[in-house]
Amino acid sequence: MFKKFSKEDVHSRSKVKSSIQRTLKAKLVSQYPQLESVIDELIPKKSQIELIKCEDKIQLYAVDGEILFFQKFDELIPSLRLVHKFPEAYPTVQVDRGAIKFVLSGANIMCPGLTSPGAKLPVSPGFEKDSIVIINAENKENALAVGKLLMSTDEISSINKGHGVELIHHLGDPLWNFSVE
Amino acid sequence: MSLREVVYCGVCSYPPDYCEFSGKLKRCKVWLKENHSELYDKYYGSDDAEDVNALTNKLAGSSIGEEREGKLEKDLLKLQAKEENRQQRELQKKLSSKVIIKREARTKRKFIVAISGLEVFEIDMKKLAKTFASKFATGCSVSKNAEKKEEIVIQGDVIDEVEAYIHSLLEEKGLKDVKLEIIDTKKKKKPTTTTPENTK
Ligand SMILES: [Zn+2]
Repeated sequence: MFKKFSKEDVHSRSKVKSSIQRTLKAKLVSQYPQLESVIDELIPKKSQIELIKCEDKIQLYAVDGEILFFQKFDELIPSLRLVHKFPEAYPTVQVDRGAIKFVLSGANIMCPGLTSPGAKLPVSPGFEKDSIVIINAENKENALAVGKLLMSTDEISSINKGHGVELIHHLGDPLWNFSVE
Repeated sequence: MSLREVVYCGVCSYPPDYCEFSGKLKRCKVWLKENHSELYDKYYGSDDAEDVNALTNKLAGSSIGEEREGKLEKDLLKLQAKEENRQQRELQKKLSSKVIIKREARTKRKFIVAISGLEVFEIDMKKLAKTFASKFATGCSVSKNAEKKEEIVIQGDVIDEVEAYIHSLLEEKGLKDVKLEIIDTKKKKKPTTTTPENTK
């Protein structure tokens, strides 16, 4: 999603009204219920969310210059910086060590990278197709990417071929390196 | 439950557990050791293994098998070599380029100073222009010169101050050997303008 993203893609920046700010926070919590207990720590009541509208209908939301989440369609997607602060709140899959460098180059994740001994998928019924997931890696503590399931996690393990996760955002991509002044 | 604070590597920007994939591991390790020695010990062991190629016990417990791990390590070393070469080339490019500081007369007593050749050095021209504007309390802007390259134009006779400032800026970046070329159009004219006819 951010492969070719740069500062030139920014169309406008504006402050989000406090009523909308509340709506956005509530939406985040409804998408990721476990955020409820920490949402006011992640985005304190007195903080100001900034909306950065970009090319391709991408909208970034930043607090204090740090992009915390974004959206292209309806759903809000957390940035890795937000994920790292409270990773427990998001559906998580794990790739094996061999897949890390491919993920860091922005490639979609192939099913075998999610089903091998070093990988981890949730127990059945797992997550639905199209869920937003965060991606951890074998022997690593932190998430390295955010993606969207191209099939349900049960299908990933039963079919075990082809692309399992569409990669949206990863360590080192232009969004990761994006700085708001 | 409360929030975690993840340290990000000052060299490659990744969380330190991913530094090995950045191609900059050597410098990452130096940074981590200097800035977060407890994390250094955690990821690389407290034994002072200067050999960065030896991936440590923490990483060795991987599932992908010796053969694939061996290949991966080779790939990572390749990546690192590539990154180091790239940095070498960039440094060479920087060292072999020069900054041109030029003074031009606007009117008899008014001058502008134009600085070009900064783009190679990852210097934010707009920010620097702002710095100059407030430092010298004068007008300062970024514009394109005849070669379509960006240059900073400062209103005022501040060439010596600018030279000193650029010098210290480059020195800060470890590039004090970069040449500064000073072009001063005033000097060419001035010594010859003492012709008696023109003086009233
Ligand atoms: Zn690093």
